[in-house]
Amino acid sequence: MLGFYWPSSRGSEEERVTAAGAWGPNAWLRITPDDRIEILAEKPELGQGAWTYSAMMVAEELEADWSTISVQQAPTIPSIYPGLHTGGSGGVAASFHHLRTVGAQARKLLLIAAAARWDVPLSECNARNGSILHVPTGRHLSYGELACAAARLTPPPLESVQLKPTNEFRCMGRPMPRVDVLSKVTGQARFGIDVHVPGMLHAVIARCPHFGGQVAHFDATASYGVPGVRMVFPVRPLPRRFNTAGGVAVVADSTWAALQGRAVLRVSWHQGRSGQESSERIHRLAVAGAEGAAIYVAVDRGDVRGALRSAATTWQADYESPFQAHATMEPMNTTVHVRGQTIEVWSPTQFADEIQAEIAALAGLAPERVTVHMTFSGGSFGRRYQWDYAAEAWQVAAQVRQPVQLLWTREDDMQHDFYRPYNYQRLRAGLDGSGYPVAWRTRVVTTPIAATNLYTDTVETPEKLRDPATIAALEWFGADVTPYAIDNCRIDYAPLESGVPRSWWRGVSSSYTPFAKECFIDELAHLAGRDPLQFRLDLLPEHEPAAKRLRAVLQLAADAAGWGTPLPERHGRGIACRWGSTVHAQVAEVRVLEDGTVKVLRVVAAVDCGLAVNPDGVRATIEGGINFGLTAALCAEITVEHGRVVQSNFHDYPVLRLHQAPQIDVHITPSVETPSGAGELGAMLIAPAVGNAVFAATGFRVRRLPIDARQLRRRPAASGAFQSASLPPNERAFDLS
Amino acid sequence: MRRVTLSVNGRTDTMEVDPQTPLLWLLRDALGLTGTKYGCGIGLCGACTVHLDGVAVRSCQIAAGSIGSRKITTIEGLSADASHPLQRAWIAEQVPQCGYCQSGQIMQAASLLAENPHPTTEQIEAAMSGNLCRCGTYQRIRRAIERAAAGG
Repeated sequence: MLGFYWPSSRGSEEERVTAAGAWGPNAWLRITPDDRIEILAEKPELGQGAWTYSAMMVAEELEADWSTISVQQAPTIPSIYPGLHTGGSGGVAASFHHLRTVGAQARKLLLIAAAARWDVPLSECNARNGSILHVPTGRHLSYGELACAAARLTPPPLESVQLKPTNEFRCMGRPMPRVDVLSKVTGQARFGIDVHVPGMLHAVIARCPHFGGQVAHFDATASYGVPGVRMVFPVRPLPRRFNTAGGVAVVADSTWAALQGRAVLRVSWHQGRSGQESSERIHRLAVAGAEGAAIYVAVDRGDVRGALRSAATTWQADYESPFQAHATMEPMNTTVHVRGQTIEVWSPTQFADEIQAEIAALAGLAPERVTVHMTFSGGSFGRRYQWDYAAEAWQVAAQVRQPVQLLWTREDDMQHDFYRPYNYQRLRAGLDGSGYPVAWRTRVVTTPIAATNLYTDTVETPEKLRDPATIAALEWFGADVTPYAIDNCRIDYAPLESGVPRSWWRGVSSSYTPFAKECFIDELAHLAGRDPLQFRLDLLPEHEPAAKRLRAVLQLAADAAGWGTPLPERHGRGIACRWGSTVHAQVAEVRVLEDGTVKVLRVVAAVDCGLAVNPDGVRATIEGGINFGLTAALCAEITVEHGRVVQSNFHDYPVLRLHQAPQIDVHITPSVETPSGAGELGAMLIAPAVGNAVFAATGFRVRRLPIDARQLRRRPAASGAFQSASLPPNERAFDLS
Repeated sequence: MRRVTLSVNGRTDTMEVDPQTPLLWLLRDALGLTGTKYGCGIGLCGACTVHLDGVAVRSCQIAAGSIGSRKITTIEGLSADASHPLQRAWIAEQVPQCGYCQSGQIMQAASLLAENPHPTTEQIEAAMSGNLCRCGTYQRIRRAIERAAAGG
């Protein structure tokens, strides 16, 4: 491996050539004389394939030989690398233009260097597969052979380089193997938990389990009796910006000694102001919130009230989903070494630049004094967009003054997550005489993210958190019925107070709003006596571009799933779709066993995400999203008692296992449009697709997740697929008075 | 504290440890074999799976003092060059996403195929259902095992 290279945004010739002779035309790329190409990826690799798509974007424009490419994480220098974070399925779209430009700039310089070497016109030279070819004579020079000469040229500004037309792509759009796959089948991939620094100690923290509580008293006598335990000391809770619990740190020579030291620590807690909170209380408040005043009206089109009043049929239903944990396979951890006025951090994170800024602020240092090494993350799903665990690791390391790795156990991770918000949605609709929906109303009630998480794209100051639009911003998205053509529509929002920390979870609000919206659409289809696919297609205007894309993926998924073909008893198919920059549809096929267990047999997904940069990566992330969403739909939930999380490990938060994983077929719409994200799609639609399939199989309408198998026992199968009479008796049209 | 001798990947190491220390932490902290992962500490996720005399076990549930002369194999010792049929199949099917659970998945599958070279789908599901993957690579794991069982 080459010597560590600190790139510069200006890039003099000296800076462009490292001691090892590698040429760096820009900060993202190095080419060595022996034809190795190294790409510095800004986006962290969490499993979503960031390193691979980053390399593909550069390689495409560089016309590189894929077998010569390696990738490493770009260092945390935000002034040079502004994109050291990822989230919201935005990585591909955010990187697409820039990384192509990076490759194209280098290609241009290599072409100029080759033309000069041969003294031929530039127009006679072509770049292809890691070499420049002089077309008339067939001479060629490899990129490595040209690197030294290219280094003497002044790179053209990135803004000025010309990109390849999409019809000349040779790499993007084809399934490419992951650049990290070898390290991940041999145990060589290094995650945060694998960091070892000479002289490193190991720490765990006994945290106050009650949110907002604190240490009342602790006695470390027994802890100090454990061989290897070095230090036991209190760690104060950090304010909301970090939202750490605070507690007592146990620092030892080994992880096991630290765990043993914590196990025998005597500690008592003050419960704090959230001590009375419970899931049952949150549910009661939510039901009240479904009818109380809204703080924010997100969508208000037409005259919903009037349209509901004059509708031939009205319908109402409530949908509820609980808190959910991220439960990444690698629990939170961070290693920190505080050396006087400099700090070195190794962290599995999706937000390295923020960790640098936050630790610098805590320590009272300039950000440049904090070096952050972003490691592989063992899953993230939004969890590692928080920096609480890194801040805690700094708190411990600042006391210890030697390198220390803070490890969260699974129990710590399960009980101190930033959970997917609890949410409750009340939907009302009115149909005209022909069964067409003319009015739609959704009240979204959640424990809002903004109240426990200062960082959002729109929040810079605590004052802004009093702004209803800011509070609602992350909570209702995905609830709007667009592009379904329903003229009268109102979506509003009411928050719930809770001390439970909340944050991003794969799909954010779109992990729960489609569950309500797409199941309720299904309810309306049955109410109207219509096929749920045709009902949706009829709601999508013929000539509207977004609606057209949505129709295409709906039809693609339905055709591939054999929509409408007969199924055995207690089997059913359900369909769901969502619209955004990426459009997506899923058909789930389920079998409901006699004991009520829902077996998802097959899921067919259709996606239009523009150009699928790495189609196999798109497939993998949609498969993964579906499995992730199935845990929330079928298996697990987080509940709260006495202001603390009840669940603690995989015995009471049972995530999906292999025998429960359905066959998944992903169909990608061919496209050369600008790519858009796919990382959260699978998780968005699997709950409504399965819920609708369960209805088709049993006539029971799932309105709360995870699905309660007890409610599905020994119920008679639906006698006809689309009979509203098969709705359970608790259904009722609402009273408008 | 007690002197414990472990045979790991064909190498013998003797160390002074608490005999109750789970094998997992000795592999990771003392021997630097970090391919074996911590996931739950109670034997419910399979991330820490290694072989004891060729049979898959959860290393977080095995006390160092109870191992005796049994031979331990970790992912680092499965093959010298990623040439094990399962590693090749894992690459062919592009199984890993984050990769954190994959050492345990591969070790579990290797134990299955050693005992039963041609498992049925039900046998694969039974053998692999103790290994969790949050990225959701299950479909590819299933295919990779079938591929390896079919000879690559």
